[in-house]
Amino acid sequence: MSGDGATEGLTRRTQNSSRELLAKAFFFGCAALSVATTLSIIGLLVYEAAKFFTISAPLLGIEGPTATLTEFFTGSEWGLQGPNLGVMPLVAVTLMVTIGSGLIAIPLGVATALYLSEYASERARSYLKPALEILAGVPSIIYGIFAVAYITPVLDAFFGVDGLFNVASACIVVGIMILPMVASVSEDAMQAVPDDLRQAGYGMGATKYDVSTGVVVPAAASGIFSSFILALSRAIGETMAVTLAGGSLAREFDPTSIASYLSLFDPDSYLEPGMTMTAAMIQLLTGDVTGGGLAYRSLFAVGLVLFVITLAMNVLSDLIARHYQEDYQ
Amino acid sequence: MSNADQRTDVSEGSSGDEYAVSVPEGRGRDRDADGEASTIIESRDLSVWYNDNQALRSVSMEIPEKRVTAMVGPSGCGKSTYLRSINRMNDLIDAARVEGEMLFNGKNVYDDDVDPVALRRRIGMVFQQPNPFPKSIYDNVAYGLRLQDRTENLDEKVEQALRKAALWDEVKDQLDQSGLDLSGGQQQRLCIARAIAVDPEVVLMDEPASALDPVATSKIEDLIDEMAEEYTVVIVTHNMQQAARISDKTAVFLTGGELVEFDDTEKIFENPENERVEDYITGKFG
Repeated sequence: MSGDGATEGLTRRTQNSSRELLAKAFFFGCAALSVATTLSIIGLLVYEAAKFFTISAPLLGIEGPTATLTEFFTGSEWGLQGPNLGVMPLVAVTLMVTIGSGLIAIPLGVATALYLSEYASERARSYLKPALEILAGVPSIIYGIFAVAYITPVLDAFFGVDGLFNVASACIVVGIMILPMVASVSEDAMQAVPDDLRQAGYGMGATKYDVSTGVVVPAAASGIFSSFILALSRAIGETMAVTLAGGSLAREFDPTSIASYLSLFDPDSYLEPGMTMTAAMIQLLTGDVTGGGLAYRSLFAVGLVLFVITLAMNVLSDLIARHYQEDYQ
Repeated sequence: MSNADQRTDVSEGSSGDEYAVSVPEGRGRDRDADGEASTIIESRDLSVWYNDNQALRSVSMEIPEKRVTAMVGPSGCGKSTYLRSINRMNDLIDAARVEGEMLFNGKNVYDDDVDPVALRRRIGMVFQQPNPFPKSIYDNVAYGLRLQDRTENLDEKVEQALRKAALWDEVKDQLDQSGLDLSGGQQQRLCIARAIAVDPEVVLMDEPASALDPVATSKIEDLIDEMAEEYTVVIVTHNMQQAARISDKTAVFLTGGELVEFDDTEKIFENPENERVEDYITGKFG
């Protein structure tokens, strides 16, 4: 047999054809673009924030007013004009909104997910799932208006609040906003629990409730925890609704006193207005801030704190997911 | 049996008195002895449909107590369906529909007043794929006892179940480790321990060794042999040799959900009445 005929066509190297190379380059470019954009944003955020601090500003050749790290992280007041540049009062209100919305969204979201995954008939699911998705798709400005126009009056009727703005209203509305995320991510995790485990439970004479809470929830724990973190990250970053509902009045918060931390868990403190980090940034941007001034630079410093917190949440979520992954298969 | 009083009554309401729950004295006979054991499970003209597909055709069969009864047959012959209709696991499938009777201790388990949850507490089940819960070994075995609030002397009961499942010596020092860390064969024995920890009367096994290697399989087979001292075992298998080795009675299902022959295992394998059964057993089809 002649070798020519037998090997003909086998040596063509398709992986180096121009179409393959072009496609690879294009897809790489797209992937690289998003990474580059993210890195540039982080870089700019850090660079601009550096101009704000006394310690780093000279390194960038910046003159004029700056703030020390101490006053930024231990200051008990936030104010646009002048020396009050403590970020903690803003962080504290953000934390309040996160706690409050989590208290609403986590139990309701997990219960919703359990119903959808374990109890609902196909028919009920086919109505409920899209309804949840619509809830997730409502623009946050609508939620904000809803909070001011409806939630606050109801709170006023029951507890008596002063004025239009209060943190409780922001907590409730953000809780409603992040509920679909908890429910849908948790439900995906529950659906991923192998049916074998449910069968094992039922085979032991477990009721539906026993199987749902004792078998499905523990087995889906990593996904359920991930949903909490994702949703809470969203609550931390939420802007429009909390600005409208919570108002733009910075609280006083002394980071060096234990009493102020306890106040985060005092229900009464939720009935007062409060400004989150995001709301403060909005205020800075919409006010007559001159570019390059101290207030302008503080915007980036607050933004950086916000970014670091949400980044930490994401890393935490990853760690938790991995930890439980090891335990549960 | 002294533990009869601990068991949850299968039926809800007063009609539970219609049939005897307690097991009469003197039944724990030696399984090698000659003579008939009494019937614990009996189906009468049992038919099961999945939507329009009939999976079982009018199956009537009496399963003896404290014996190993094997169900063999090709894929899709209805043997697993039959097994799952004993403890009403088919209830979990919306499309399933049952006609006829399945009597457990003389009571039709498909009667309206029977609670499938209570029924399954007395008829345990072991599945094809080992399916321990993602919990510790201890918690896996304790699961059913905790469900039933029978947590007195829990440690003791867990140990006993693990010993019966021939797993104690291998896991006694790692009871708090995840059940998923065990090998496949150990996981299946853990599932057996979990099933027998609650002291069921019957243990249903759905091809319990088909996912295991030969060594693990032979351990499970030895275990099944011992289990028949205390429990009624009904096992589905596609492995003829396994059925011949471990069972006292064999039921042969052939395609179409028909029970073709049911007799002593020896008789089925040595001198079956039905020609199709002989062909199937000798490997001419299936």
